[in-house]
Amino acid sequence: MGFFKKIIEGLKKTQQNIGFKLKQLFKVGVFDDDFFDDLESVLLSSDIGASASMDIVDELRDRLEEEKVSDPDGAMGILKEILVEKLSADKFEVTSPAVVMVVGVNGVGKTTTIGKLANQFKKQGKSVVIAAADTFRAAASEQLEVWAERANVRIVKHQEGSDPAAVVFDAISSAKSKKTDVVLIDTAGRLHNKVNLMEELKKINRVISREYPEAQRKNLIVLDATTGQNALAQVEIFNEAVNIDSIALTKLDGTAKGGVVIAIKEKFGIPIDFVGVGEGIDDLMPFDAESFVEGIL
Amino acid sequence: MALFSGLSDRINHVFSKLKSRGSLTELEIKQAMREVRIALLEADVNVNVAKDFIKKVSEKAVGEDVLKGLNPAQQVIKIVNDELTELMGSSQSKLVVSSKLPTVIMMCGLQGAGKTTMCGKLGLYLKKQGKKPLLVACDIYRPAAIKQLQIVSQKAGVGFFEMGQKNPAKTAKQSIDFARQNGFDTIIIDTAGRLHINRELMDELKEVKEAVGTDEILLTVDSMTGQDAVTVAEAFDKELDITGVIMTKLDGDTRGGATLSIKAVTGKPIKFCGTGEKLEDIEVFHPDRMAGRILGMGDVLSLIDKAQQAVSQEDAAKLAKKLKDQSFDLNDYLAQFENLKKMGDLKDIVGMLPGAGKLKISEKDIDEKEILRFKAIIQSMTPRERSDCRILNYTRKKRIAAGSGTTVQEVNKLVKQFEQTKELMKRFGNGKRGMKLPF
Repeated sequence: MGFFKKIIEGLKKTQQNIGFKLKQLFKVGVFDDDFFDDLESVLLSSDIGASASMDIVDELRDRLEEEKVSDPDGAMGILKEILVEKLSADKFEVTSPAVVMVVGVNGVGKTTTIGKLANQFKKQGKSVVIAAADTFRAAASEQLEVWAERANVRIVKHQEGSDPAAVVFDAISSAKSKKTDVVLIDTAGRLHNKVNLMEELKKINRVISREYPEAQRKNLIVLDATTGQNALAQVEIFNEAVNIDSIALTKLDGTAKGGVVIAIKEKFGIPIDFVGVGEGIDDLMPFDAESFVEGIL
Repeated sequence: MALFSGLSDRINHVFSKLKSRGSLTELEIKQAMREVRIALLEADVNVNVAKDFIKKVSEKAVGEDVLKGLNPAQQVIKIVNDELTELMGSSQSKLVVSSKLPTVIMMCGLQGAGKTTMCGKLGLYLKKQGKKPLLVACDIYRPAAIKQLQIVSQKAGVGFFEMGQKNPAKTAKQSIDFARQNGFDTIIIDTAGRLHINRELMDELKEVKEAVGTDEILLTVDSMTGQDAVTVAEAFDKELDITGVIMTKLDGDTRGGATLSIKAVTGKPIKFCGTGEKLEDIEVFHPDRMAGRILGMGDVLSLIDKAQQAVSQEDAAKLAKKLKDQSFDLNDYLAQFENLKKMGDLKDIVGMLPGAGKLKISEKDIDEKEILRFKAIIQSMTPRERSDCRILNYTRKKRIAAGSGTTVQEVNKLVKQFEQTKELMKRFGNGKRGMKLPF
């Protein structure tokens, strides 16, 4: 099932889906203050956030005036254009050898995302080794092992409580000797305001740069679509610590819209490359701005 | 760090913009409420909840109380706080203990909310209360979830029960017999994370509920959840009639608006919150404290209460006028010292001020004895000197110093401090919530 279909399906399940509300709004075809207020509420309820929502509304207001658009379809088209523009970016591609480090706060779905990513790389014909560097959470490496088996890739793991940087070191050595294309690193979930844990992450980052300078680097942050404006703080602080290149937005199969990524893209310029839409191994899709916007509206 | 400091900063900022001119206009309230609304939205309070909240507060603020009031900014803060407190609920709620053992607690929630960890925390918490909890593994989907619960139960030193990937309702039912036979008095059932729109899995929870007759169904919610918190909470509540909510990851920097929204929409109490990674990091949720924290004005509200009692509104009005006319003199300064004494210990009061740090008023600047000396100095002045300190020449100062048992240096110091205070108060009067404070 395609990304678009999944999202539409999710929408259907929501009783009061905002897309419906929005279409009703546009149908009326009167673009007055009330309309813009209502539109703002619609954007807000998809977690786009107050300031980004206001910007979008202002931009739409200006463009409707400038381009003298007054018909519902035309206006809706412009709104979509504005949103898609804000989200579009280059495609995510890795060149061999590559190290993809996956970070994020607790419970966003890092381990699951890694399992799905491993499967995707594998399908592209790339060899993969997973580094189980979440040595903190109970049974995290067991969970990852199950995913590694499902995706049929290798995994390097140490005991619970051991040094995550050492796991990464071993995984890199293994990748070098076996000429593995992609090293996927699972890290422990950490709240971004915990200084020590962020230092630990920096250490892992340094180990990769030092041990594997020839590898292409991607630091990917996993965000939970149900998260609200705090996602901005998450990206900001992780980005400060380890330079984030890419975003995977998970749990989009629920009723949450994950609109905060629009604010994130605006503020940090970091693109969303993947969306998680289920618990199956194939439920990770490349991000498509147009489908995503359809989902929001 | 205050859990809701972000929100409080915003609201603080809002009120620093309010001008205190004796009364607030409707337009000013409208502007203030717009800012409050943005602050709430940035804190992830649900759009509709925020809307209702603003409506309520505006109605109260534009009403007589405020417009006739003499210190409107303070009263607006009070109204915002009162409404927030009302929204959060005022009393903390305890866990139900069943008369027929064991007491059955079922956890539920979305994936990644922190259920399994919370099971361990709750287990440890109950163990410390003298209970004998048993953790029951009913998450048969997530890889290694059972194993994780087992490890967590070992760490907490509580019982553990599993039947592998068997039907959760059966496992739960069996666990009751197991608990009775082995002397466990409380069962905590860990369930798989699920989407509220997943019919099949929601039915599974209902089956567990019916099979064991739960005493508590606790919805675990990530406190960083955005607008969707309301949809999720409503759905779980509708399907399962939850008995309470646990907010997890409150140790992050989230502004935690979800807490407000869930309470507002479901009316179900928030019973616990998770505040860290260790198993000990669980706290009983205090809604009343939380509301105060949302405003983040520390104890500014109790300060307002104190100030309202000590300073008659008439005096406050006079002072406001004097500030405006720039006719604030040493007589008024003396009166302020008297008022302060009525309010209680000066250090406490400074501590209660949210902006105290920013205004560079630190504890060391305030010496109660010095204030006594200042009072004596002013009291040794003639009425004319009090109303215009510019006439103070060396001879006068020497006389005053002798009369008050101080030195000329100290008289100079008082005059200088008075001038600074006057300047500061002018700024206070123009901005900072119209708090009239004499230092």
